[in-house]
Amino acid sequence: MTLEPLKSEIETNVPGCRLEIVPNPSPSAQHSLLIDPDHALEIALFLRDAPHLRFDFCSNVTGIDWPAPKTAGKVKEMDEGFEHDAEEESEAQASGHLEAVYHLYSMEKKHGPVILRMRTKDRSHAVHLPSLTPVWRSADFQEREIFDLFGIVFDGHPDLRRILMWPEFTDHPMRKDYVEPDDYEYEPTAHDDVLRKTTRHHSGNA
Amino acid sequence: MTTATPLPPSASLTPKPSGGDSQLLEVSMGPQHPSTHGVFRMDVALDGERVVKLKPIFGYLHRNHEKIAENETYLGSMPYTDRLDYFCSITNNWAYALAVETLAGIQAPERAEYLRVITAELTRLQNHACLAGFLMQDMGASGTPLMYAFRERENILDLFEALTGARMMCNYMRFGGCRVDLPAGWLEQAQQVVAAFPRFLDEFESLLTGNEILMARTQGVGVLSAELAINAGVTGPMLRASGVNYDLRKVDKYGIYDRFTFRVPLGDHGDVYDRYMIRLLEMRESVKILQQAMRDLPGGPITDPKTKIRNFRPKPGEAYGRIEAPKGELGFYLISDGSPNPYRYRVRPPSLINLTVLEDMCLGRNVADVVIILGSVDIVMGEVDR
Repeated sequence: MTLEPLKSEIETNVPGCRLEIVPNPSPSAQHSLLIDPDHALEIALFLRDAPHLRFDFCSNVTGIDWPAPKTAGKVKEMDEGFEHDAEEESEAQASGHLEAVYHLYSMEKKHGPVILRMRTKDRSHAVHLPSLTPVWRSADFQEREIFDLFGIVFDGHPDLRRILMWPEFTDHPMRKDYVEPDDYEYEPTAHDDVLRKTTRHHSGNA
Repeated sequence: MTTATPLPPSASLTPKPSGGDSQLLEVSMGPQHPSTHGVFRMDVALDGERVVKLKPIFGYLHRNHEKIAENETYLGSMPYTDRLDYFCSITNNWAYALAVETLAGIQAPERAEYLRVITAELTRLQNHACLAGFLMQDMGASGTPLMYAFRERENILDLFEALTGARMMCNYMRFGGCRVDLPAGWLEQAQQVVAAFPRFLDEFESLLTGNEILMARTQGVGVLSAELAINAGVTGPMLRASGVNYDLRKVDKYGIYDRFTFRVPLGDHGDVYDRYMIRLLEMRESVKILQQAMRDLPGGPITDPKTKIRNFRPKPGEAYGRIEAPKGELGFYLISDGSPNPYRYRVRPPSLINLTVLEDMCLGRNVADVVIILGSVDIVMGEVDR
């Protein structure tokens, strides 16, 4: 399915939305459509309900982490050892963006896929995107999984909880800069050694 | 939890309006419950025997398969896909191989495509046969139907063992082909197994399909409407039991499925009984595909000799490949950045997404029905939790 006519059609039907075609240079030639989060719900509803499109089946929903490429800050960090500025570090971590990708098919018209992408503005701890679960319920568990493993908060999701990790877990394992806990089997016990180890780990001086 | 006690027919159980004096009972079914097909838990709230809330809880087998695969070469993940849905390792291999082939633009040779169809349809046979057996087991038919199914599965696993060296963890596909060619005498043995399979199905059906207890326990239970099934992304036999004609073997025609004549069985009511029947009918269609594929199997190479497996680096880009696995649409979404490891590796697990509607199917039913409804979804925790 070619995306240019679809793009112009969405633009006429959802006024004010910003769309961009993300080309895919690989032989698969599955290009995707970058949509702006503010109009995501309207775009999704249009794609689902327009009688000649009828993308009624949202097959795959997943997240991608795109941290900004590392710059020359690495050397400075090495010099200063543990003394480096915590604020500067968190800023470097937050640059880049996270992406949510939706693969849409039509069971009625038997066509597809149309690939939608949404980007967050940065990679900070809780970044927000609108949930498309009200449009396609198949996104329910998959958006929860993105929330769990990537840390994107989906606004409007009916039941946003961790799905694979346990509720007390705080990090997001699928992010590229995720560091495994020092104690693999850590449980929040009052045991001295374990407690000291995790405190050290979470303070960043591991 | 008592699940095997005899119950009145479910159809007569109309949900009672909860009075002012009723009190909800919260039951944690699982994760060590024998009917949950692995470590799977359901938080169920009951009004008497009636389910008023059900939340599936999983993650007990979570090992972050996707993260492990991102730190592994493309080929290195192939044996690991066996462990997703450990009943159907060959279809997992195929879905992954298909995604990588889409990403890198590789084409498998003719003979390999036929071998893929043959092994994948054998996988479907043994998965569906066992599912029907497990469903009966959940219903309290201890042993007999399941052991009949296992007897047939054993023949098919023997074939897998002769071909790949492993009964369950087959690791059979490669990018642009298959790993090994058929050993001597394999095809004849497989033809015998397939020829004998309809007799097993007849036996199974005469034992079960018209069985009064089975009908009373499954008809009208766990009804899933077509609209909800589509919207919730339900795929595979469960979707077709709700009457939606969507089989990727027909829609995408991946591999060489356009060369075979077979039909897509469709259900009418979307209840547990239809899901059971769909699987039996699909097995009969699979037998047809197998007979055609084994009749037409051509000679030739089984891998594309031009495919470079060592130091495999696809060009930057992304691809989504999907196949009709026995449990539904199994997809792999890969992003390459030109390095030997995938930048992003995502499994679209049909078992997980089919569980989305579990609560909708169970609300207002009996606790004992929950077990049957879950059994008819056909989940494998290795795939749900990844």
